[in-house]
Amino acid sequence: MKLLCCPVNGLRPVSEFAYGGEVRAMPDPATCTDDQWADHVFNRSGIPGVKIEWWYHLPSGVWFHAERDVTADRVLRTWMPGEESAR
Amino acid sequence: MPFQLLRFALSSKHPEPRMFRTPERLKGSYDAVIIGAGGHGLAAAYYLARDHGMRNVAVLEKGYIGGGNTGRNTTIIRSNYLTPEGVAFYDQSVRLWQDLATDFDLNLFYSTRGHFTLAHTDSAVRTMRWRAEVNKHLGVDSELVGPEAVKAACPQIDLSCGGNAPILGALYHAPGAIARHDAVAWGYGRGADQRGVEIHQQTEVLGIDVVGGRVQGVKTSKGYISTPRVLSAVAGFTPRITHMVGLRTPIYVHPLQAMVTEPMKPWLDPILVSGSLHIYVSQSARGELVMGASLDPYELHSTRSSLDFVEGLAAHMLDMFPFLSHAKVNRQWAGMADMTPDFAPVMGTTPVEGFYLDAGWGTWGFKATPVCGMTMAHTVATGRDHDLIGAFNLSRFARYELTGEKGAASVGH
Repeated sequence: MKLLCCPVNGLRPVSEFAYGGEVRAMPDPATCTDDQWADHVFNRSGIPGVKIEWWYHLPSGVWFHAERDVTADRVLRTWMPGEESAR
Repeated sequence: MPFQLLRFALSSKHPEPRMFRTPERLKGSYDAVIIGAGGHGLAAAYYLARDHGMRNVAVLEKGYIGGGNTGRNTTIIRSNYLTPEGVAFYDQSVRLWQDLATDFDLNLFYSTRGHFTLAHTDSAVRTMRWRAEVNKHLGVDSELVGPEAVKAACPQIDLSCGGNAPILGALYHAPGAIARHDAVAWGYGRGADQRGVEIHQQTEVLGIDVVGGRVQGVKTSKGYISTPRVLSAVAGFTPRITHMVGLRTPIYVHPLQAMVTEPMKPWLDPILVSGSLHIYVSQSARGELVMGASLDPYELHSTRSSLDFVEGLAAHMLDMFPFLSHAKVNRQWAGMADMTPDFAPVMGTTPVEGFYLDAGWGTWGFKATPVCGMTMAHTVATGRDHDLIGAFNLSRFARYELTGEKGAASVGH
């Protein structure tokens, strides 16, 4: 992966972006157990596969989602959070 | 040339036995199975057989001996860590390293060079002083030195680093050393093999049988093995193995790249590390400059190399050593680093009975090879964590008792 398509700015070099990790659901801190919370804080799905991730376009300050194959390093699509239309 | 080498030319058959036997097929059961024939896995097999009398052991390797991160690191050995647990652990490793070549009767090219961690900012100087004091308190030879000591040990360095990042001081660690990493795997492998351990290369683990929270056996590409003990020592493949036993861990995988220049006459005695410039460099016995930098910035399960890396690392090398502008880069490569949130390993027992982890070795695993082998062999043989690795157990995360070693990582990640 050398280029990444920002949903706002289009195709840009990957050096303009920061990786924000996998998109994960946060348990409700008011109701979850200590173990569930520690699991959320530390544990990750480290196995390879196609993952939905947070990425950040540094010059323009845009956070967005990317679906990426983390073995082949190929981005399948990117989109703004909350928008279903894929680019 | 010693005359005894002539027998290799004159004999029609190779006159030396091979380093390892090649076992014909897997047995149906073993007392213990070690996944991964890298330095860590083979060291554990070696100490299991030598110190604990467990010889009915199989080491499974999906590629070849020492072909993973054992053969991909930049071979630096040091014990100048930050936490008391870390310092005690790595110090034991350095002690083991020092007579390993005699143990193996094999030349490991172990070379004590002295290790400078350069500080370019006030906050880095503060961390160096902290590390020096922790080290001295635990009897490890470390001290804070000024730029003149760096210049004296390495007259070729530009202390101002091109005017961008002047060197304010350094943490000097006299026992810092390098060794030939392949020979370490071969030495441990041969030692284990001679004591009856079977090393099965080209044998991939496809699944691990867990019944009632206990390990029962291992499914491999060459058949099923029943065993009560499994040790996983697979570096960047750890998440795939822990997934097989249903264990969740904080381990995430990023590639770490490295490169070497063409060989040149010896000029660089010490090992130099700069956190601000993201460099660690030493000169190998062959004369190549062996260089590494920080992790690639995102998750990737691949050992691909990138031009970005060479450009970035070369630019920083030229800040330190402008005269290298004509040196050619010979080779570059990558390894898959299994990173943890606190930059300390994940070792020892797990909630799955009979399943032991030697993982989370990210970018700092080579130097720990002997002590990992020794402590993991103890853990596998007794079923209890060795005293030196209590602070590295997987359970520390659920208790929020992290072993913060990020300040001792060689470069900022």
